[in-house]
Amino acid sequence: MRIVAEHLSYTYNEKSPFETAALHDVTLTIEEGEFFGIIGHTGSGKSTFVQHLNGLIRLPASLKHAKKHKAKKGQPLPPAPVLKVGEFDLSDKKTDFRALRRHVGMVFQYPEYQLFAETVRDDVAFGLKNFSEKKLTEEEIDSAVCAALEVVGLDFDELKEQSPFELSGGQKRRVAIAGVIVSRPEILILDEPAAGLDPLGKKEILELLHRLHREWCKTVVIVSHDMDEISENCTRAAVFSEGSVKYVLPPKELFRRTEELTALGLDVPLTAKLCAALRARGIDVDCDFTTEDFADKVLAYAASHPKKEGDA
Amino acid sequence: MKAIEFENVSFCYEESGAFSIRNLNFSVEQGEFVAVLGHNGSGKSTLARLSNGLLEPDEGTVSVFSRRITSKNLYEVRKDVGVVFQNPDNQTVATIVEDDVAFGAENIGLAREEIGRRIDFALRAVGMEAYRTATVARLSGGQKQRVAIAGVLALSPRVLILDESTAMLDPRGRREIVDVVTRLNKEKGITVLLITHFMEEALLADRAIVMNRGDIVMQGTPREIFARKEDLLTYNLSLPRISVICEKLRAGGMKIQDTLDVETLAKEIAACVS
Repeated sequence: MRIVAEHLSYTYNEKSPFETAALHDVTLTIEEGEFFGIIGHTGSGKSTFVQHLNGLIRLPASLKHAKKHKAKKGQPLPPAPVLKVGEFDLSDKKTDFRALRRHVGMVFQYPEYQLFAETVRDDVAFGLKNFSEKKLTEEEIDSAVCAALEVVGLDFDELKEQSPFELSGGQKRRVAIAGVIVSRPEILILDEPAAGLDPLGKKEILELLHRLHREWCKTVVIVSHDMDEISENCTRAAVFSEGSVKYVLPPKELFRRTEELTALGLDVPLTAKLCAALRARGIDVDCDFTTEDFADKVLAYAASHPKKEGDA
Repeated sequence: MKAIEFENVSFCYEESGAFSIRNLNFSVEQGEFVAVLGHNGSGKSTLARLSNGLLEPDEGTVSVFSRRITSKNLYEVRKDVGVVFQNPDNQTVATIVEDDVAFGAENIGLAREEIGRRIDFALRAVGMEAYRTATVARLSGGQKQRVAIAGVLALSPRVLILDESTAMLDPRGRREIVDVVTRLNKEKGITVLLITHFMEEALLADRAIVMNRGDIVMQGTPREIFARKEDLLTYNLSLPRISVICEKLRAGGMKIQDTLDVETLAKEIAACVS
């Protein structure tokens, strides 16, 4: 399923003193099979955008009370927003939003705060039962829950009767993710999946996301503040700033724009900082900004530009 | 003078459960900036909570400025040792910034004028004086966390403990907090205990300690700690990314000294090539 957004705008608390524009004319396409990153400051519109993707925020045209825009005299009508996820047209109020949400799984920030059931099995099964078109037998539920827990690296037999609240932080987050992927969404969206974890927990969650991307969900979209995370993992990334999309590029090209990103108040990965510092010394290292590739390219450069004897 | 001193302290959360802190001896000097590292469940937060009497040790003693914490002086101790926790939303008690900052000061029964002065001081110290009458709920995470710090500062504590206070913030918010805390330590001489997962933050400290299974397993300047790579990995901590790069380059035959600074590493690399 491909995600296509065109001319998307959104304002919170419209026509009230707290009116704030969150998105302004956002056009962005995410292809099937991508590991896509979304970068931006708090308040840049990232979360507002991803909440559109499974209809948590609806386009005005898809709501019952939508009125047709009337063009003011002499002013052209603003371009109509387009939002499509696969064959679902999210600007149409007849769209089956429940079916859409089955295909687009959403993992919020700190998903472990949303655990609620008495046992791990019930918690993971909740979404599955709600999204299923027919009534599932207990065996079907067990096998689906078992598979979901297995892919996030937890043992079904050991945990099924346990309370999710007794687990460690990292385990809770895995259970919460299992509860979303159990209904086999094609697109998985995660808001800051590694936030608040210790370094090892972070590494494990990212490995898990790659495993999910390979075996379980075709497209993975992550929202992240961590530029190193983006440069190491994503196929492409979009930069949000003040409600607009500034760049949509693969990390290799995006992080060459160190100055532009810094001007937006954003950080760049460590490798990009190193490349810039080397460039200032006349050494051009053309890498894709992963740690691995950076080290390889520097070593290759050193091999092709060996220091001559007697050089100061 | 020792700001905080632990003597043979043990603590476990459940009766006959596993020890979260085991026979710990540890102290922080007045005016020191100490970073505490360790994976989840290593006992860092327990250490913070024992330090101001939120938890009571099962064995051993905890002293604050040479006073052993007892149920009698608990409130006195808490005026000296303030803690800021992880989630800014869980630490807000009032809707308006100045009311929130005043809460602690009101509770210890200060005079009205004095509370006003303390609010002025605390908000200025964290750079939030322009938000005095703002609604807390409409602030960013970093701003909320600075208000939380101001609320602690209003009690004029001598020790500030940050228990992963930057974990939920974006990079900009994190920088705000780290700047405020470093300044409070350098300019006002407040003792700081910074518990963090971000290795870069630990670099700012005078001393870093690493916890594992309720015990302190490494201690030294941040640079000394990060030089002991194998040890860090055995305690489930990751190396700063820059150390990983240094390591890889060295493995590839380049003569690179260990460093944690981008410019220095670039200089090192430049010195190795023509």
